[in-house]
Amino acid sequence: MTASTASLADLKARAKSIRKNIITSTTAAGSGHPTSSLSAVEIAVALYFGGILRYDPKNPHRPERDRFLLSKGHAAPLLYAVLAEAGYFPVDQLLTLRKLDSPLEGHPNMRRLPGVEASTGSLGQGLSIGIGHALAARLDGRDARVYVLIGDGEIDEGQVWEAAMSAHKFKLDNLVAIIDQNGYQQTGATKEVLDLTPLAPKWEAFGWSVQEINGNDQQQALDALKKTSQVKGRPSVIVSKTVKGWPIQTILSKDPNHHGKALTQEEMKQALALLDAR
Amino acid sequence: MRKACLDMVYELAKRDPRVFFIGSDLGAGTLQQFKDEMPDRFLMEGVSEANIIGIAAGLALDGKIPYVNTIATFLTRRCFEQIVVDLCLHDVNVRLIGNGGGLVYAPLGPTHLAIEDIAILRAIPNMTIVAPADAEEMCRFMPRTLEYQGPIYIRLAKGGDPVVTCPEHPFAIGRAIVMREGTDALIVTTGVALKSALDAATLLGERGVAATVLHVPTIKPLDTEAILTCAADVPVVVTIEEHSVIGGMGSAVAEVVAEAGFSPGKQFRRIGIPDRFPDQYGSQASLMERCAITTARLVEVVTELADRVGTPTAPRRSSV
Ligand SMILES: Cc1ncc(C[n+]2csc(CCOP(=O)(O)OP(=O)(O)O)c2C)c(N)n1
Ligand SMILES: [Mg+2]
Repeated sequence: MTASTASLADLKARAKSIRKNIITSTTAAGSGHPTSSLSAVEIAVALYFGGILRYDPKNPHRPERDRFLLSKGHAAPLLYAVLAEAGYFPVDQLLTLRKLDSPLEGHPNMRRLPGVEASTGSLGQGLSIGIGHALAARLDGRDARVYVLIGDGEIDEGQVWEAAMSAHKFKLDNLVAIIDQNGYQQTGATKEVLDLTPLAPKWEAFGWSVQEINGNDQQQALDALKKTSQVKGRPSVIVSKTVKGWPIQTILSKDPNHHGKALTQEEMKQALALLDAR
Repeated sequence: MRKACLDMVYELAKRDPRVFFIGSDLGAGTLQQFKDEMPDRFLMEGVSEANIIGIAAGLALDGKIPYVNTIATFLTRRCFEQIVVDLCLHDVNVRLIGNGGGLVYAPLGPTHLAIEDIAILRAIPNMTIVAPADAEEMCRFMPRTLEYQGPIYIRLAKGGDPVVTCPEHPFAIGRAIVMREGTDALIVTTGVALKSALDAATLLGERGVAATVLHVPTIKPLDTEAILTCAADVPVVVTIEEHSVIGGMGSAVAEVVAEAGFSPGKQFRRIGIPDRFPDQYGSQASLMERCAITTARLVEVVTELADRVGTPTAPRRSSV
């Protein structure tokens, strides 16, 4: 199973390539959630290419694998770009996103694309499924770990907090939640729609081990994920402060949220140039 | 029936390490032994049904077979989204055991009445719905749940229900059972309403109306072949169930019969809970009476329809 350790430069190169694929695939589709995908790239790259997640694209259902659940399923372009980069399917296929008969549906469908662990898109449900996986692993004596990526608007859902209580009760130290705190949800800033900040004390109060990081910093993302394996007797959460659309938010300045919209051809050109210049 | 079902979960768990029990702050009594002997696979969770369905899905995705038990309304209504996405879309082997299908919880009021559980679950692809008629049938059914692919909803009645099925009818998920045969009318039933159907058939027989009783413990997938075979040659088809007349077994049978293109004139009627919240508070029996889901009403309806068409054994009477 893949558990290589890559250099920071390698990871940054991966991140850049994944970002480009998120942008080009959504613009080719003419729809999708590029900004929701871009904010969480460093976390996903650290998981898949930083030696955190153990997986095998040639044997995607191997029981010993770790699980990554994209609870914020609308960031599917991120998951697809990462899975392609990891070798689950050819990178070319990313351009079939949202096309008729493509397994790259608007939200991940685990019955149609190997590497997808859960069919998500209805927000708030992924962490509970993660608990089931973590319990099964513990009972089977597998050391598999479970990582769940959740949006900061998604945590408005009560079920997330039911799961937070439940994971603590089960002392699931093989379960890691990552909150992509990009500060926006569908209709605006989370501060205005439903302000749940500060997040860290809330999760601490629910009994979780909490780390707060700059989630668009590749090294911080990697270090934080690594640290979770040292936590014993309780689940871990990483409050990952990010910028929605990072780092191309500057060219979307009229609408920093830019939720659920593909970039225009012109915006795409600028965004790709901006990524190349970095 | 409830005790038989939960006892069976315990028995299945003893012989199959994949079996889990998950409750939501309910029903520990009967399961103490399970908890004592297999604590790792016995989860008594907080009042958090949506989360429980997700946990069950995660376990099932890893090859386990979780049996989730709580009050039917909270299982089916509260968790509808989780059932659709986590269980049915993923097509996982989770078994939902709903306490109090129908009017069982009448003394607790309308918040606890599962009168549309079949209707809403029937609309979900991959879902299987089973409503056994008594404890013995439950015991024949439960072992089938170990090797069956996909989610199953098990609808429980009150408990202490009279035993009306017999071991000569082995249980197969998806198969209806002809309980008695007659050429004048077909009565289709599911769950505990089988008792009323059999009693009604006896009374009807005394009046010269010979009725087939078709017991449909699996409402989905529906045994359309059995229904069409039984319905083909009788002029009268009546369904009876402890469920809303909208969307339940009666509706399912109506769909099949309507699309079969039988020669016109076949009489069809559903007996079930009318489309309104109970306008009366009382016991299960009193609400059943109020909703007219009774042997007497069934006899009346079948007789009326048989009169209308004039059956061979009971020629059309001039007036009633
Ligand atoms: C249960 C549910 N309600 C509403 C939606 C519609 N929806 C899709 S994304 C979104 C906002 C999510 O915000 P956040 O979790 O912060 O994700 P971000 O895009 O900011 O990463 C909403 C409301 C949904 N997919 N699921
Ligand atoms: Mg957000």
